[in-house]
This record gives sequence, C-alpha cells and structure tokens, in this order.
Amino acid sequence: MPQELLKEQWPNAIDVITIGATSQEGGTRDRAIKVGGQNGLPYLFEESDMPNKPVIAMEVFDIEPVDWPDTLKKPYGDVLSNPVEWAKKCETEFKADLIALRLAGTHPDAGNKSESDAVKLVKDIIANVKIPLIILGSNDEEKDNLILPKCAEVTKGEKCLIGDAAQKNYKTLTAACLAYGHNIIAESPIDINIAKQLNILITEMGLPSDRIIINPTVGALGYGLEYAYSIMERGRIAALGGDKMLAQPFICFVGQEAWRAKEAKASASEFPEWGKELERGILWEAVTASAFLQAGADILIMRHPKSIEIVKENINQLLQK
Amino acid sequence: MFIVGELINGMYKKVGAAIQTKDKKPIQDLAIAQTNAGASALDVNCGPASANPKETIKWLVETIQEVVDTTLALDSTKPDVIEAGLSIAKNQTVINSTGADVERLDILVPMALKYNSSLIGLAMNKKGVPQDKFQRLELAATIVTYCQEKNFPIEKLYLDPIVLPVNVAQAQAEEVLEALREFKLLSDPAPKTIVGLSNISQGTVNRSLINRTFLVMAQCSGLEGAILDPLDKDLMDALISAELIRNKQIYCDSFLDAYKKK
Repeated sequence: MPQELLKEQWPNAIDVITIGATSQEGGTRDRAIKVGGQNGLPYLFEESDMPNKPVIAMEVFDIEPVDWPDTLKKPYGDVLSNPVEWAKKCETEFKADLIALRLAGTHPDAGNKSESDAVKLVKDIIANVKIPLIILGSNDEEKDNLILPKCAEVTKGEKCLIGDAAQKNYKTLTAACLAYGHNIIAESPIDINIAKQLNILITEMGLPSDRIIINPTVGALGYGLEYAYSIMERGRIAALGGDKMLAQPFICFVGQEAWRAKEAKASASEFPEWGKELERGILWEAVTASAFLQAGADILIMRHPKSIEIVKENINQLLQK
Repeated sequence: MFIVGELINGMYKKVGAAIQTKDKKPIQDLAIAQTNAGASALDVNCGPASANPKETIKWLVETIQEVVDTTLALDSTKPDVIEAGLSIAKNQTVINSTGADVERLDILVPMALKYNSSLIGLAMNKKGVPQDKFQRLELAATIVTYCQEKNFPIEKLYLDPIVLPVNVAQAQAEEVLEALREFKLLSDPAPKTIVGLSNISQGTVNRSLINRTFLVMAQCSGLEGAILDPLDKDLMDALISAELIRNKQIYCDSFLDAYKKK
C-alpha cells in the first residue's frame, strides 16, 4: 500500500532581507544578497519553498588575529595583517558571498583604534571589494556606539548588515541603521524570549522587521550546539505559525565558536589519539555549520576556506529537489 | 485566537446614527480601533432599524474596506443581506451565521462556497436553543455532515455552541464548555469553535469581569474564536495571557503588545 506523505502547511513566511545594493539600487556592490523568504522548515521541498539559499560570510579583522591556530592561519598566508588584501582574497580566491568586517581592534583592550581608523578601513574595503558587507563592532558597548554609527554613515546606500544590537544596547545602532538605510543584527543570549523582545524594541523605533537578522548566539559542536539548535527550531516554528516578531532570518557565528573549541585547535602532538589537527579543525567548523543549516541558519559566518567548501557542497546537495 | 470585533452593529446608538446619516467616520474609526486592538475580523451588522438592510450592509462593507483589510464577518439573519455584503467584499469574509436547519444550510453553505467565505454554524435550529451538551452535539453534527456532503472545507467552519446568559440559564455555561471540547471530535480535520461571548453576561452587573472569566475558561476548553469587544482592554489582556499560558505564543516582556503585531 502506498504511503501518503504528511505535509505541513504554515500560515506565515520568514521575512526577506536584502543585504547590499548595486549601482541601480543606490550602492556600489556588484550584487545584492537576499536571505529568508522560506515558508516551511528547512529543505522540506515537498511542503514548502526556500526561495533564497543560505549564504556564507567570511570574517576579516582589522587587527591580526591573536588566537587563531596555525592550521587556520595557513590558507590566508600573509594577508592577515592587511585587512583590505584579506577581504580581496576572500572575495576572489575563496568566493565568499559576503565579507564580515570585525572591528576588533577598536576595543580599548585590543589596540583601541580610533573611529577615523575604522572609518578609513570601511571605506577602503568598500572601494576594493564588490560583494555586500557586514560590519561588526568590538563588543565594547561604548566604543561600538561611537564607531558603528560613523561606519553606517560612510556606507550610506550600501545596505550593509551591522551588528550587534542587544537588549541593553540597541538604540544607537538602530537609529544609525534607520538613518542610513542599513540592516541590523539583533543578538540574544540563546534566549528566544529576549530575541522576540529585542525585535519588538527595534521595530518600535521604526526599523521594519524585514531589516532585522536574528543572531540567536550559537555554540560549537560539543559546546552547546544542541541547546542553540533547539532555540532556533522553536523560534522558527513559532515564526512559521504566525509570530511576526520572530520571522526573521538567522545569522550564526560558526567560525568563532568552532575554532575556540579545544578539539578544533589542539595539536596532534598534544592529543595523538585525536588525529591530525588540520582535518579535525576543518571538520569541527563544517559539522557545526551543517547542524545550524538544519536548524534554519540563513547566514553562516565562517573562517576556514576548506570548511566553507565542504559546507557549500552540503548546501548544494540539500537544495537538490 | 480568531477574534471577531462586535462593535459595528446598528443596534448600538452611535453606529445606528451613522448608518442613518451615512456618516463614514464613526464606522471607520471603529474598524481601525478594533483592528489595532487585535481583532482578526470585524462583525458587520446593520441592526434592527435599517429600512433597507441590503443597501446598508453594502455601504458598511465599502466604508470599512476603505480603511482596513481586516476580514469581515457579515452578520444577518437574512441570507440575501449577507449575500449583498459578500458580493462587494474585497476583504476575506465570514458568514455569520447559519443554524442547523436544512433550509438555511441549503442557502448558506453554497453561498459560502461561491464566495470562498468561512462560515459560522450555530448549534441551534428553529425549535430553539439547545438545553444540554448532547443537543448541542447533535445540532453541530448536522451542520458538519451537511458541509462534508457539499465538500465545504471543514477547516473553514466555526461551530458556535450557543452561549446563554448566566443569570437566566446558569447551568448552561458548563454544558457549553463541555460541548466545545467534543465539537473537535466531530470530524478530521476538525471544525473550529467560536462563541458569541457577550451573551454570557447579558443583563448582569460587572459584565466585563464575567465575560473575561468565561472567555479564559472557554480557552481552557480549546476555544479558537470569539465574537467580543476588543476595546475591552482587561478582556483582551486576559485572552492574551491565557494564550500565553497555553503555549500558543512565545513569551517576551512585551507579550501583550506582541500579540497585536500579528
């Protein structure tokens, strides 16, 4: 007897967010990237559509990263001390969909770069790469509130994605995104209630819900992945069921979490039974990313080019109907 | 919760006067206020005084559609008045309502199909209102079976068990609560349930308290829709809180406002 497939129909769809603007759209990017728009749980093409595929952003830092293991530094060669060259390499050689510029060096404890340094770098990157841009602060509230609005101002029209806004510090960044036409990342600490509340607070300031991306905060494989996964799943099911204040795409900072794991970066001489560190690190990042794709991730922020290659292949396989 | 705002009804003085003088503003104000307060649909009832209800309902529908795209619940005992409203409705519609008599079903079910409208089915017939949950179930089953035979989608059927005033028929409220649960077992997919809430407190004092207490109790019995006054803030807050506690909404600190953003 043939079995009938049980299909779920959802009343709501995820908002579509556009990152980047071409010259016709008032920016200088060579393409705009759309994420979101799905009206069902991920990759269930029998019952729902997924008009925009998940994308991968590669991180570029304004200072040479200090905590990256050699296995991660190697593919980048000598560009890690030159953010503009680094970004160009991500665009041309590694085929990143977006650049995620992390202004870590503006943090008072990590170089304390000035706002003019940050603005100059943002302008240089905009001039030298053509893919859409994500701009991230240093996680120092005071400094971010000073620097990110300036970066938003000089990239007016480019429809960047800027973050992160948090429940205790969202007003300055929301106002800047509103004034200069950008999208915002709303961050919550693996807490769906706060994710929803923050989206309400941001929309109440006048920024439409289709300019918000949810950063649910994730953990790497072995470091809370399941917890983050279940939070994303719960949020997505509520959103598809009609909750407009959770119906935004997800961004997952996979690279920073995966490469912090001891299992990803410890050397083979330290733990011979764990096998080669290069494969281990790449797989740790790729497996973490693939799990979040299944939870509904729309933008993955990643680091190792080889992990990215594996995850891109995974995305293409998932999208085959 | 499918909330039908009840305030656009000619039996209310202001609405009746607006209909008489063809004054759009009070009607449009009520349409906007109820929608903003969380109404999923707006009841549209010409009231008893209207000389030409077919023209009146058309005017009401047009007037409301100028300002909101909220679903319209066309409310009349006369099928031709309902059809007059349906014929010019651009917004989604609900027919309010049919009883369990075949003569009425024969007209209103094909009408709902023709206009792609939802339908409210009252568990009553020309013999009167039901006296216990068994009568309610029998009447509801008549409506469900009829709809199934005519291929009317059961998901678009809202069954109303008939709420009676607590000061007149005190034993009936409990029967209604039990009927609400059992209506869901009548078919698969199940019909939806709805109540005309304000009836529970007809002729009593402290109506708002009685309304919201009964509403929450009915929500515990799985109620999916209610015709009520969405501008009664205490009532809406109780409704939203009950939805939250029943895990229908994800909590956030602004959960009362969040509910209305849908």
